[in-house]
Amino acid sequence: MSKLAKNTVQTASQELIIDGASCASCVGKIEKALRAVAGVESAAMNFALRTAQVTGDVEADSLIKAVESIGYNAKSTNEASDDELLDEKEIADEKYYSSLLKQMWLALGLGIPLMIYSLAGGPMTVDTTLERIVWLFIGMMCLGIMYFAGKHFYLGAWKSFINHSANMDTLIALGTGTAWIYSMIVVFFPLALPEMARHVYFEATAMIIGLINLGLALEVKAKGRTSEAIKRLLGLQAKTARVVRAIDGKEQEIDIAIADVSLNDIVRVRPGEKISVDGIVVQGRTSIDESMLTGEPMPVEKSENDEVVAGTLNKSGSILFKATRVGKDTALAHIINMVKRAQNSKPPIGRLADVISGYFVPVIMIIAIVSALAWLNFGPDPALAFAVVSATTVLIIACPCALGLATPMSVMVGVGKAAEAGVLIRNGEALQSASKITAMVLDKTGTITAGAPSITDIIITDKAYSENDLLTLAASIESGSEHPLAEAIVDSALEQGIALESVSDFHAITGQGVQATIKGQQLLFGNQKLMLSNKVALNDSVAKAQQLADEAKTPMYLAIDKKLAAIIAVSDPIKEDSVSAIKRLQANGIRVVMLTGDNSATAHAVAKKVGINEVFADVMPEDKANKVAELQAQGEIVGMTGDGINDAPALALANVGFAIGTGTDVAIESADITLMRGSLHGLADAIAISKATLRNIKQNLFGAFIYNVAGVPFAAGVLYPFFGLLLNPVIAGAAMAFSSLTVVSNANRLRLFKPKDH
Amino acid sequence: MMIINLMGLLLIALIVWWFWLYKPSNVVDASTENITIIVNNGIYQPSRIKVVPGKKTTLQFLRKDAISCAATVLFPDFDISEELPLEAKKSVMLPAMSAGEYLFHCPMKMYTGTLIVE
Repeated sequence: MSKLAKNTVQTASQELIIDGASCASCVGKIEKALRAVAGVESAAMNFALRTAQVTGDVEADSLIKAVESIGYNAKSTNEASDDELLDEKEIADEKYYSSLLKQMWLALGLGIPLMIYSLAGGPMTVDTTLERIVWLFIGMMCLGIMYFAGKHFYLGAWKSFINHSANMDTLIALGTGTAWIYSMIVVFFPLALPEMARHVYFEATAMIIGLINLGLALEVKAKGRTSEAIKRLLGLQAKTARVVRAIDGKEQEIDIAIADVSLNDIVRVRPGEKISVDGIVVQGRTSIDESMLTGEPMPVEKSENDEVVAGTLNKSGSILFKATRVGKDTALAHIINMVKRAQNSKPPIGRLADVISGYFVPVIMIIAIVSALAWLNFGPDPALAFAVVSATTVLIIACPCALGLATPMSVMVGVGKAAEAGVLIRNGEALQSASKITAMVLDKTGTITAGAPSITDIIITDKAYSENDLLTLAASIESGSEHPLAEAIVDSALEQGIALESVSDFHAITGQGVQATIKGQQLLFGNQKLMLSNKVALNDSVAKAQQLADEAKTPMYLAIDKKLAAIIAVSDPIKEDSVSAIKRLQANGIRVVMLTGDNSATAHAVAKKVGINEVFADVMPEDKANKVAELQAQGEIVGMTGDGINDAPALALANVGFAIGTGTDVAIESADITLMRGSLHGLADAIAISKATLRNIKQNLFGAFIYNVAGVPFAAGVLYPFFGLLLNPVIAGAAMAFSSLTVVSNANRLRLFKPKDH
Repeated sequence: MMIINLMGLLLIALIVWWFWLYKPSNVVDASTENITIIVNNGIYQPSRIKVVPGKKTTLQFLRKDAISCAATVLFPDFDISEELPLEAKKSVMLPAMSAGEYLFHCPMKMYTGTLIVE
């Protein structure tokens, strides 16, 4: 978002923080420079605050440049870095925590002695003048506590009320307010009340304020822990970078702040240092630990032209790389952004709680009134005291916070936990759908296999050509194709030092292969369909091709002037842990289906090796989505896993689309869930974490619902006629304070969750 | 007793009217003036904000409440969630919106506001 704020023209006013303005006379100079920027309507600097307010259609960057051009420094208030914001938040939280604790001790300082006095059988009644004076004094102390320790509840309640809304503050203010006002009426006008009803409840007011402040304080602490994942990701960001700059005509390496690294800067990274921005290695070899982003424990070898990603750790060698993405554009910045967004999104399961919490507080107020009326009409003596106690207790025990917290807290922890395992979940909806997947469609190339095919066999059928000739022709014709198998052939030829021929009349025939002319020879290169449709005789080559396919290789025919010249087989090795990952999915009761454009024999051979029984082979790219739809029509909740580029329609149609990245090259924006590493274990991890999170949300919602559904009637006194039980308002206050803490703590339990070892 | 019961019922009717039936009319137009939404004491002030359809909008937030819920503002319809620093202004950029009413709120919905796009 701050990326948007930086790059988009703003119509509203914006604020700059100005550094280096040491005298009031600088103000005029800075304002003048700002007003001179095209688009600025007004600019005013506040010298005391060192800020400048600017209005007009203008980018923050131009304003910053204008200020810098006259010798001062400026930054937009929107540009505070994420870790600065987090630090500020932590400091603010810490301050808030200690102020809540102070308020708690203040309130409990009066509440606890009164409570002990009351429990010890001390009379809480007003009968004599001395009692009136003492209780009046205590009542005034209680008022002081309401002001100093509970002002925020009353202010919040009042402001919400005049705004036609109601929240937790409303309930606390009404509950404690009712108890205090009633007690003061008892103190001032004891004779107006029946003798049995002359009871004061100052201890309830003080204790409730104290306990709720304690609950809030503990909640602040517990909530801090839920953002650990983001803190960890932010911590990956290096603070400085060593760049190569020309100084006085001489190239030198200097350390600069990460924010000052520009595109195409050449950056030096030594062993043990973090990669500062995304880039491409231009010199040196090293191994890089990418586990913090991908969850993949093995370091990855990098040499020239390989990509390096910000936040990863350089282990062995010293390298120079060229910065290709800096600032908010790095993969790490995108990941942080996505995790933050996802942590604040809600899965559909939370919507009911949202709807309920919208009506909750006024409904509780109504229940409190009904309860008071019921006691006044039908209750035993002192009916009035019972009515006040029950209304107060109903208001205090009801807890909209637990309902409101149930879903967001678990999502926050669950999404963070997933990010730690290299699984990026786009939003709450994806999280919920992933927990329900019944069928998983896996693309073959690049998903089950490594996606790096190589030539395994060249079977010459026309002895007029040598292996070298055939490879030259095949590689030349495939050089125009973008198919991964074509790349394998071209790479093999180049590795052998073969020079490619120029090609004319190139045509790619979808699902069959390619045709072209080289040096007047008409070439066809592709599958059996291509040969048959061009009437190329295959004879016993079909059996040879079949044999190759049975070995999980992909055979392709090469025909020269309509005569078969060779069968070239290419094989894509299966990823090491695909078999165990697929077993894990199947063990969870998930139907695993393989989907591929490859021929049926090869596809079945690969499927057999990895333990998949269902295969859709020979599927054209545009038909992949139809296969997903077919499974959905059978009632399956379908997850589709692909590389995120040519599988886009199928990924979009599936209930959950998984893009499988290979560490660096993540198509984060294209899928519901992105697996940062290539291993399929990420799928089982993602599903396990989603299930654990959903289970956690359900526990929280159940707890919050049950708490309110059982607590409110109990507080209203429904058990009194049968068992003579009526809840003490202080107990209600404690229950309320700890109910939301329970929700946060239960969500924190998720932090301990570990996907099954693999 | 009759009077007390009637008063109770009247109070219930007032609650229903005040919190559910009453439609506040105080809308602040963000398209003609630069507004800052103060986040304090359980409410966004102003909480009903009018903006023009089809045009990007920037809203400034200033959070004064330390309660942790207030620290995040969500615009669920636009997939936007922003952290609001304490005692510092924060601009939130909203995309061009089509006509309608959109809620914005804190994660627990203690703070709620409405964007009126017309």
